[in-house]
Amino acid sequence: MSAAFLSVDRATKIFRPRVSLGERIAARFGAPVETRPVHAVDRVSLTIERGETLGLVGESGCGKSTLGRMISGIYSPTSGVVRLDGQPVMRGGREPQKVTTRVQTIFQDPFSSLDPRMRIGDTIAEGPISHGLTTRAGAVAYAREWLATVGLDPDFATRYPHQFSGGQRQRVAIARALAMKPDLIVCDEPVASLDVSIQAQIINLFLRLRRDLGLTMLFISHDIGVVRHVSDRIAIMYLGRVVEIGPADVISTSPKHPYAQALLNSVPKLVLHDDALVEFKPIAGELPSPLSPPSGCHFHARCPHAMEICRRTAPLLKSYGVGAAACHLVEMDEG
Amino acid sequence: MTAPVLEVEDLATHFFTRAGIAKAVDGVSFSLARGEVLGLVGESGSGKSVTGFSLLGLIDPPGRIVRGSVRLGGDELVGLPPAKLRAARGRRIAMIFQDPMMTLNPVLSIAQQMILAVHAHKSVSHSDARARAVAALTRVGIPDASRRIDNYPHQFSGGMRQRVAIAMALLHDPDVIVADEPTTALDVSIQAQILTEMRGLVRETGAAMIWISHDLATVSSLADRIAVMYAGKLVEEGPTARVLRDPRHPYTKGLLGALPSRATPGRELPQIPGSTPSLLRLPPGCPFATRCERADALCATDPPRVGDGTRAWRCHHPVMERAA
Repeated sequence: MSAAFLSVDRATKIFRPRVSLGERIAARFGAPVETRPVHAVDRVSLTIERGETLGLVGESGCGKSTLGRMISGIYSPTSGVVRLDGQPVMRGGREPQKVTTRVQTIFQDPFSSLDPRMRIGDTIAEGPISHGLTTRAGAVAYAREWLATVGLDPDFATRYPHQFSGGQRQRVAIARALAMKPDLIVCDEPVASLDVSIQAQIINLFLRLRRDLGLTMLFISHDIGVVRHVSDRIAIMYLGRVVEIGPADVISTSPKHPYAQALLNSVPKLVLHDDALVEFKPIAGELPSPLSPPSGCHFHARCPHAMEICRRTAPLLKSYGVGAAACHLVEMDEG
Repeated sequence: MTAPVLEVEDLATHFFTRAGIAKAVDGVSFSLARGEVLGLVGESGSGKSVTGFSLLGLIDPPGRIVRGSVRLGGDELVGLPPAKLRAARGRRIAMIFQDPMMTLNPVLSIAQQMILAVHAHKSVSHSDARARAVAALTRVGIPDASRRIDNYPHQFSGGMRQRVAIAMALLHDPDVIVADEPTTALDVSIQAQILTEMRGLVRETGAAMIWISHDLATVSSLADRIAVMYAGKLVEEGPTARVLRDPRHPYTKGLLGALPSRATPGRELPQIPGSTPSLLRLPPGCPFATRCERADALCATDPPRVGDGTRAWRCHHPVMERAA
């Protein structure tokens, strides 16, 4: 019944290792065969409004890319549903299938996301032709137009991916996604493999496209500085769960969840006006294995404020006014 | 002022490829005092890693050190026969790689490979070697080291593996440690732990360190001095605080400006136009000229190294926003 543009409703993704009969027998006899499932994403619910950019932040293994792929319709949720404009992104059943072209994805690695043997003009026009957004005759002009939109020379349409630098390839990947005229773009670490000076160029391109085309985006990154710069709201994930979500300025400066606070503090930040120059504070302990996450709140073993209840019960996302956090402390404050 | 432990002069490492000569490192000079941490910063292809590899003589064909000198405690390393170089490597100068699996052998237990590393430079008993290895692991914050040492690399997490690699680099208390992006592949929370520990370790052991990274903020948390590389050349060098607060080279200034963490959210970032020139076809003169808004005809000639004793830069039109 949600009226949100994109709604993710209790989406869960469990990866089960494919274990053969032989391996199953071997495991019985104590061989080190991994049979445990991974709860990559655990009952995540969130929404994105039309024209909004939601930033998704977390460390490796927290499930941010898996969540992004469920929203893109690449992975089908084990349970729960992703809806765009009220319509499910995927058709379920035995062979789940993406049923919309309205969501497009931009991946981290522009070296593996482009077909090395296709001219980039053909790469850009392939999808639009098969979905009737352009005709075969108009394809060249169509591709040239999108190349110009992302700041590349339209004459590049006849070139191959290996003739481009990393930053240029990422522009091509953006053009390919935009050419499908999507309503939502899922960007999975789109600037993580780029150098600082090129990263700034691509971030500026995103800001410009968002303004000019009114794009709705899910922007996934491990870099909270980048996410804060492009997002309206930010969600922070830890071991498969969203621990906090709220306006970008609040989440990037004064989050409520102890993990969000610790993550923020652990990023070295240049503080040029101060003697300290660089500030950061490490989080105690190690990231637990997603194969056997701790009971209750996943963060309790590393949390300086952990209480008895944190070991037993997983806190739910609870609103604290401008944002929402999944922490028993926040619940107590508000309740 | 004590004599520097490491002196690098006019170091040049070129790669002789079929497509031409890539001047990955071209005339780099710096020196390192005992206990000092130098942050070597640059983007990919700037030559920062090749500089690090060159210091230890780890350049393979088609690459070659074509000129310059690397003096470690007064002893020249460039042109040393392999056996002599091996005697210094791991004992007097050690390296930590971005990927700890470049250091670790996956089919040997940590104990086996660390004991090998001890025996490479010292003839001590097996139990002495093991005790040294356990002590080194404990020093880098590996809990329960006397038991964990019998594990294999795959039984450690990424952060723990990097700690093991650091412990191996510290085994022989080297005078100089070259750390090549050791935290880049790690998550921020683990990176922060390792940075904090490295800070303590260099202070404790008195080793000098070269910390190579593309991340200005990370480097600045450790480095006493910073050197910025661009297209094989050192374009700016000086005390960390002075370089960051008051950069002289337009490239350093551009890099600092392009960091999203320092900008107003939602505003376009001040970006450096264009991309790094190909090392095969470097323009004459200043390699940054094609991307630089301050460039003019003069920049087609090599900019001289200008400095004031503690800091130096190579630019015809340095940024002079603040009075020094």
